[in-house]
Amino acid sequence: MAMTDHIVSSFDADLQTLGDKLAEMGGLCEKLVGESIEALLRRDIPLAKRVIEWDRSIDRLQHEIEENGILTIAKRAPVAIDLREVVAALRIANDLERIGDLAKNIAKRVVALEGQFQPPKLAGGVAHIADLTLAQLKEVLDAYTQRDERRAMEVWKRDGDIDALYNSLFRELLTYMMEDPRNIGFCAHLLFCAKNIERIGDHATNVAETVYYLVHGEAVTDERPKGDLAGAAISYD
Amino acid sequence: MDATATAARPKPTASATLPAGDPKIVAKDVNVYYAEKHALKNVSLDIPERAVMAFIGPSGCGKSTFLRCINRMNDTIASCRVVGSIKIDDQDIYDPSLDVVQLRARVGMVFQKPNPFPKSIYENIAYGPRIHGLARSKAELDEIVEQALRKASLWNEVKDRLQDTGTGLSGGQQQRLCIARAIAVSPEVILMDEPCSALDPIATAKIEELIDELRQNFTIVIVTHSMQQAARVSQRTAFFHLGVIVETGPTERIFTSPNDKRTQDYITGRFG
Repeated sequence: MAMTDHIVSSFDADLQTLGDKLAEMGGLCEKLVGESIEALLRRDIPLAKRVIEWDRSIDRLQHEIEENGILTIAKRAPVAIDLREVVAALRIANDLERIGDLAKNIAKRVVALEGQFQPPKLAGGVAHIADLTLAQLKEVLDAYTQRDERRAMEVWKRDGDIDALYNSLFRELLTYMMEDPRNIGFCAHLLFCAKNIERIGDHATNVAETVYYLVHGEAVTDERPKGDLAGAAISYD
Repeated sequence: MDATATAARPKPTASATLPAGDPKIVAKDVNVYYAEKHALKNVSLDIPERAVMAFIGPSGCGKSTFLRCINRMNDTIASCRVVGSIKIDDQDIYDPSLDVVQLRARVGMVFQKPNPFPKSIYENIAYGPRIHGLARSKAELDEIVEQALRKASLWNEVKDRLQDTGTGLSGGQQQRLCIARAIAVSPEVILMDEPCSALDPIATAKIEELIDELRQNFTIVIVTHSMQQAARVSQRTAFFHLGVIVETGPTERIFTSPNDKRTQDYITGRFG
């Protein structure tokens, strides 16, 4: 349904503020995830430290969105699409905050890895899964901005690819660790980074489900396609 | 939403998702005219038994007109003409042989402004049962008065001053007195036309609490301009606009994801 303006224009302003803050937060998340991966691949410690610093801005934005959302509920008692707008903003802000934390965790591992032995070919797999996840995150945020639940559901369906990639990466890293014990420290960190990236993908699918709810007023009922659950690569959702 | 999409989707009817049991009131193709003005156009609606149905919509949309059709209050307006059928328990209430006084005993009404009789609290309640011959003795009448006041959650506040005048009560108490008066003749249906619009939030909360209790025993139809009140007290909601029912369905759905854009625009404050 195309929306006309509210009779009370400050209600529109409230919702607009929520949307603006969420857009800012989404942009910041994309940047942080991208830079945390870049820091990992290039072993760029100053960049990693900047990511850790930036995560505070994401937390601050989440806090502001929560406050604005609660205030809007208290003042305007929103119903129907307005209520879904506010609830969606709160939920997406939550997911984005978690994404920020996961990016920060990757950055912290980059700092922890300083001076460790690094076999050069290992990071390739991580770069691939990271590219895919970043594309998913960007796509789902665009889908939210445009209220395009079809695009959101495409993201939702593609999450299985990330899971599958994570599982194959898991097996690959195990092989390297078995080959040479000197790889274990680095590989273990890399494995956690890959898991973080996979979790970012899961949060992107949460956002996709929220976009669906926002547009349709009901929850997604289908089961999300999952990658194979080989070995210990258990997903936590 | 474009016009074709609206037209293509089957109109949701109340009966499609009614709770178990037959509807108490079935209206079919009701049209109401005030002289030349066509106030209500082909309204069909099922109202479930022992539940609260809310009518919402902007002023002049026909919701009060329809409410007043249910106990034939519109008969009192000379220029008013009602066409179509309204049945309560399968009985056509516009049947010429029907006793309108009896109908209004079965279908009680509470108005926007509390309107107690300028008599004692006791007499306000006792009047209806007495003229309908519901009590054979003073003791029975006392019992009816007490029960009605208890059901209306007013007994504890007035039991020691039943002979005081009803108009001396506070606004909220007066409204509960009017509800007690409606209950006293053991109606099956209670119509409420904006019963809380003249009350403060606490008195409003008491009436809403009361409505929730009363729906165990009565079929309640309430007209309200407060969206929040409709969402709080009713199980089903019908949205009226320009003399037609635009949408009707479970209250939860109407207030979370209405099907029709006009409903959405109205409840979210985008009309105009």
